[in-house]
Amino acid sequence: MTPPPFAMTGGRVRLDGREVLAGIDLVVGPGDVLALTGPNGSGKSTLVRALLGVLPLSGGRTEIYGRAPARFRDWGRVGYVPQRLPMGGGVPATVREVVASGRTARQSRWRPASAADRAAIDRALAAVGLTDRARDSAHLLSGGQQQRVLIARALAGEPDVIVMDEPNAGVDAGNQEALARTLGMLTGEGRTVLLVLHELGPLEPLITRTVRLENGRIAAETRLRTTTTTGATASEQTASEQTAGSAA
Amino acid sequence: MTDVLSYDFMRIALVMAILIGLTAPAIGTFIVQRKLSLLGDGIGHIALTGIGLGLLTGTSPILGALVVTVLGALAIELLRARSRSGGDVALALLFYGGLAGGALLTQAQSGGSSLQSYLFGSISSVTMGDLYVVAGLAVAVLAIVVVFGRDLFLLCQDEELARAAGLRVRFLSVLIAVTAAVTVVIAMRAVGLLLVGALMIIPVAAAQQLARGFRATMLSAMVIGVLSAVSGLLSSFQYDLQPGPSIVLLALVVFLAAVVAGAVLRRRRAFATRPAPGGGPEAAVETGAHGTAAQETAVGAAARVHAEHEAEVLGG
Repeated sequence: MTPPPFAMTGGRVRLDGREVLAGIDLVVGPGDVLALTGPNGSGKSTLVRALLGVLPLSGGRTEIYGRAPARFRDWGRVGYVPQRLPMGGGVPATVREVVASGRTARQSRWRPASAADRAAIDRALAAVGLTDRARDSAHLLSGGQQQRVLIARALAGEPDVIVMDEPNAGVDAGNQEALARTLGMLTGEGRTVLLVLHELGPLEPLITRTVRLENGRIAAETRLRTTTTTGATASEQTASEQTAGSAA
Repeated sequence: MTDVLSYDFMRIALVMAILIGLTAPAIGTFIVQRKLSLLGDGIGHIALTGIGLGLLTGTSPILGALVVTVLGALAIELLRARSRSGGDVALALLFYGGLAGGALLTQAQSGGSSLQSYLFGSISSVTMGDLYVVAGLAVAVLAIVVVFGRDLFLLCQDEELARAAGLRVRFLSVLIAVTAAVTVVIAMRAVGLLLVGALMIIPVAAAQQLARGFRATMLSAMVIGVLSAVSGLLSSFQYDLQPGPSIVLLALVVFLAAVVAGAVLRRRRAFATRPAPGGGPEAAVETGAHGTAAQETAVGAAARVHAEHEAEVLGG
């Protein structure tokens, strides 16, 4: 039995002296489409960042595919979609450059981008419908389009699990529908998805589990539909396709 | 030109100028994106103490500066990572200490006359030995940019994204600071320590106005860097000026030209990509009615209107 994408037991996080997560037990299984909900300040984003190992735990432990974040090496399996496109100091970056940066974990430092890298970037751009904007400056796009750039960034790494922090925040209805379609495609391929959501909205039919946080604790958990077993098989298929792809 | 090249020190200085023009903006692009624009400046202050130590102990000032700046860069990075609020003051203390220590040490050694040449650059004193050191360091800086470029891009974009991609954020942060320190040492002889930071930042700021992507920004910044370093050096020779200020002022002229050219370019692009119906006409009226200062915002608005419009088309 392969270890689950994310498993946290008794997870606690303190930020500036305040306990933001107060003992979380959560396992995100393969093929889950899990929505983290809850009021502002309940710790949703913190939980996601702790699961990714971006924030250190002050208590308890968490594992990514069976390994503590500090010892986890296979980062190409994890795609992270942050809430908004980071601006940094304002040096422009093209859509393609941002999307290509999602592949860093799968690339060797000593080799230039391979044909497989470029193909994965092309597929990611096509999946979110931004192929024709690839050479544009990412920061000049609308909020919804920037969101799609970030999703493509995560897809470029061909991850098995995708983590999205409030992908619908400040995004118009049209782009929310587009996101739902992209997500539908991903879950159809059997990938695991972890979403921070304010409301389920158009994503509702895709979601298999919801976990509601309140004051840094899990307040409620519902299973909307069972994860299809075909999902797991599809995941394995994708994995073998990937190996085949990199071998070629 | 030929009589300029008949001087040995000018040939050496010109090669140095090219190396500075290439390396400073290359690492500068990452520094600007990481919002550390004054890092080069601070390291320059610290380097002065290294030069003083080098002079005092009779070793090469360049090597003294190299050791002290690298240590200083490590200290800066530690302070930056350790404290969120107090780091700023700690950095300032480090900078002032470096400058004051360097001023005293160089004065003790040479009566203060050489201080000027280290602060604002001097070309007549560079030797072939200096050039070898500088060339070696320049190759190292460019190699780091090439090999770690992808990682540094992600780090400077967003630390959290870099962590979530499994990058060693601490190591890469130190790498940027140390590379900046090495670049300061490369540039200090010709540009001077007080103006070293300018050559890391101004060409990037100029290139930002024109380029759409990160790589394009870096490459055009390197072109601008080489152009201003070489032409600044030649004019300082021609009119007997200090090289540092000449180079920096020329870079600033390029920056101003880039701001104007960038505004024109964005306007063109906005016109070229605007869809026939929709939000276009109003934006065009706005552009015509307002002055140059307001143009950029108006053009930006037009581009956004266009972007939203397309988003609807794609989304629906």
